[in-house]
Amino acid sequence: MKRIEAVNDFVIKFGNVNGSGSASANELFAKSFLRMGIPVSPRNIFPSNIQGLPTWYEVRVTEAGWLGRRGGVDLMVAMNPQTWDKDVREIDPGGYLFYDNTKSLPASKFRDDIHVVGMPLTEICNATYTDARERQLFKNIIYVGALAALLGIEPGVIAELIGEQYKGKEKLLKPNLNAFQMGFHYAEEKLKDAVGLKVQRGYNVGDRIFIDGNSAAGLGMVYGGATVCAWYPITPSSSLAEAFQRYCARLRVDKETGQNRFAIVQAEDELASIGVVVGAGWNGARAFTATSGPGISLMTEFIGLAYFAEIPITIVDVQRGGPSTGMPTRTQQSDILACAYASHGDTKHVLLFPEDPHECFEHAAIALDLADRLQTPVFVMTDLDIGMNQRLTKPFTWDDTRRYDRGKVMTVEELEAGKEFGRYLDVDGDGIPYRTYPGTHPTKGGFFTRGTTKDRYARYSEEGPVYVDNVQRLLRKFETAKSIVPQPVLRGCGKKTRFGAIYYGSTSPAMDEAYAALEAAGIAIDTLRLRAFPFNDTVSDFIAEHDQVFVVEQNRDAQLRSLLVNELNIDPARLMPVLHYDGTPITARFIASEISERVRVLNVEPLKKGKAA
Amino acid sequence: MTYITKPKLHHPTLQQNRIGYTRRDYEGKVSTLCAGCGHDSISAALIQSFWELDIEPHKVAKLSGIGCSSKTPDYFLGNSHGFNTVHGRMPSVLTGANLANRELIYIGVSGDGDSASIGLGQFAHVMRRGVDMAYILENNGVYGLTKGQFSATADFGSRSKRGVENRDSAVDTVGLALLMGASYVARGFSGDKEQLVPLLKAAIAHPGAAFVDVISPCVAFNNHAGSTKSYDYVREHNEAVSRLDFWPSREAITVSYEEGAVIDVPQHDGSILKLRKLDGAYDPTDRIAAMNAIARAAAVGEVLTGLLYVDPSAEDLHAHLSTVELPFNRLGEQELCPGSAMLDRINASLR
Repeated sequence: MKRIEAVNDFVIKFGNVNGSGSASANELFAKSFLRMGIPVSPRNIFPSNIQGLPTWYEVRVTEAGWLGRRGGVDLMVAMNPQTWDKDVREIDPGGYLFYDNTKSLPASKFRDDIHVVGMPLTEICNATYTDARERQLFKNIIYVGALAALLGIEPGVIAELIGEQYKGKEKLLKPNLNAFQMGFHYAEEKLKDAVGLKVQRGYNVGDRIFIDGNSAAGLGMVYGGATVCAWYPITPSSSLAEAFQRYCARLRVDKETGQNRFAIVQAEDELASIGVVVGAGWNGARAFTATSGPGISLMTEFIGLAYFAEIPITIVDVQRGGPSTGMPTRTQQSDILACAYASHGDTKHVLLFPEDPHECFEHAAIALDLADRLQTPVFVMTDLDIGMNQRLTKPFTWDDTRRYDRGKVMTVEELEAGKEFGRYLDVDGDGIPYRTYPGTHPTKGGFFTRGTTKDRYARYSEEGPVYVDNVQRLLRKFETAKSIVPQPVLRGCGKKTRFGAIYYGSTSPAMDEAYAALEAAGIAIDTLRLRAFPFNDTVSDFIAEHDQVFVVEQNRDAQLRSLLVNELNIDPARLMPVLHYDGTPITARFIASEISERVRVLNVEPLKKGKAA
Repeated sequence: MTYITKPKLHHPTLQQNRIGYTRRDYEGKVSTLCAGCGHDSISAALIQSFWELDIEPHKVAKLSGIGCSSKTPDYFLGNSHGFNTVHGRMPSVLTGANLANRELIYIGVSGDGDSASIGLGQFAHVMRRGVDMAYILENNGVYGLTKGQFSATADFGSRSKRGVENRDSAVDTVGLALLMGASYVARGFSGDKEQLVPLLKAAIAHPGAAFVDVISPCVAFNNHAGSTKSYDYVREHNEAVSRLDFWPSREAITVSYEEGAVIDVPQHDGSILKLRKLDGAYDPTDRIAAMNAIARAAAVGEVLTGLLYVDPSAEDLHAHLSTVELPFNRLGEQELCPGSAMLDRINASLR
């Protein structure tokens, strides 16, 4: 029988029961590779549930540093009887099944093209522990110990991690170490060389950090100067507001007075949370909310008001599958159009597309600047895959000379000096008017804020031409946005090619790997990673320079492609959708096979020299 | 409505308040509401209140929802910033504005459609949070701008102008505000300015969530026989529990009160509420008793008015959140950004 042999390059998947304490053990396991200098990319696949339903944790060990989901499973750690059959089916031929063999299972429960590694976990736990919860929790640590021995993870590395986790909690430290040792020694003695997957020290982690996108964005909001956060709990965004809270408690409390330089309101719903953000933005504080698709739906009336009334607000949309529960704990990029054109009337909005936690941090801080500069709602479009999974990412950086861009705010001195103030007056030709904070001056600069019905001086007007004048200026402002949002990132293949690919957000790591695979297969393709909407000329130029452009995204209806067609007047035939939308993160295998197949079809006529594809 | 704009020039002999402003300085644009609308009387009472309180007009932020009532912030305090927000959502916007700058005075103007129907949730939650504001509900029991539909405060059994009887129970806004934790609750009548002005002044000065429900008849759609929000009905059924006088701390009390007829309620900021009791047993600092009294009056069709409840030791949202004294909108990088050295440490903890 074939036996998968691999060093520092494999996928291990854990099938667990939600609420069994597996998450922290699995995280410990994933981190041990990083400490051995080997990049790792873990992903939670979890149910809409706290206890009882199946949950999976997939760990990709990748010396080459490919952080996207690979697809396929080399070693399945099957700890959940409910999903046994499905989990066993998923293993690649020649792969391995690790399971608890305390109770014997009929041969029909196995496959003859995989290698089975059994260990009596329950028996060991029952013999060692009397408390039911301990039996449950330590079982997880015991299998981590066994896996460490099977794969060759240095036990000292895991002992060090356990030490860090239970620092100052000696009562927990010792039993966890013991459980780990128990598992390790058992496997060392009884399961020698049972799997062909091995780990060796590597040097590819570098100075990178390991963090989830929601925490990174929460920290970015602290650095970017957000003082007001209003939110309503919704998966997968809740941990972002909670991270903001956590970092604020550490970084934003006045040491002398103990008072807070932040306010966090857990509102009664998303309508109220966006309302609080709008009120704070109107009054000159930097404010944001974090939500997901259904929250965006509820917020859209306010988003329209903020657009027309020109109020700086920042919204982080951690995207997920559609309504109800279930798919919403899976990832998608399916709110692109809902956010780009959110609300009633003539609206469109600035969107940012961070690719990883590093950019979640950066884009959070940039969004606050852009919202103030442009006086408009700014969306940071992340998703569950980046938001809720820890990812190896470049360390965060901050330039201490950086100043917050508070945009065009007229001061009491300027008003006093007689500078003309018209709330919706385009003084500089960039479509951006001046605003005043309430309470600035006793007689100058006051105005009444409304939605649409106003003239350049914020006076009530229902005249058609006045409305047109205003929304045309808003279009000029949108033009201005093009040059100040994060610019797209071009990757040229160095050859002349008729093929291009556009992608964004969490698709990045899978696309990077697919690019290398396509290159190795002799398929030359240029790529453009979009980092923001509105699109600038780089995007239209890129499309113009290629006969066929693949638009890779994670939703059913090719939403970004629609946005490109609509906003840049592109012939839809030139933009070929490559779509992945089953709720799992897109893989390099998927992208590479979709693109190479289409390139093959498009290349039926013989290629001329120098026009390779 | 009137089409005659008032001249901008002030008469030199107009009386000035302590900070040198005349009443005219507290006016706004000419109202576009119907002649005789109760809401215009409320705007006039607000102008009077702010003038008497010696508050600089631009230190007030006016927020409202959507509807006839919500248009009124344009008709007073013309030099203040105002915000006509979204239907039923003024409370959340006011909350955010208040968090951004705790130094201004926040006045929220809403109607019964805005607060008791579409915005009932936000109405309840803003009271729970204790946002420092004066929330004025201009209550006429009817949708004016959309021409005469019942609102959620229309009493059970009352009749619309077209003769339809309302078969839904009414939302009791003062009862709800009390239940949700408002620390100042009053009800006035737009036709009784003498009672209303002190109620508004004390609400503005109250350091917490202050709610004033003002019965404000709609002359166009709800001032007929069979309505329980008409001028005639409210005059006949108005049951005032007290007459309120409001004394800012620095002022000497110039009215002499009869012994035993008046109770003092000193406020946090040193100001004093003087209550001339009309109902001898009524204690406005007893929340449970206030709820009972309101319910009892409603059961017999009386409209209980006056100061219904006040918590003299009220706290606001900023106190609950323990925020810094300096307004958020004046904090910069220095106060907000932890800097690169701290970021390096955070990075190190993530390896």
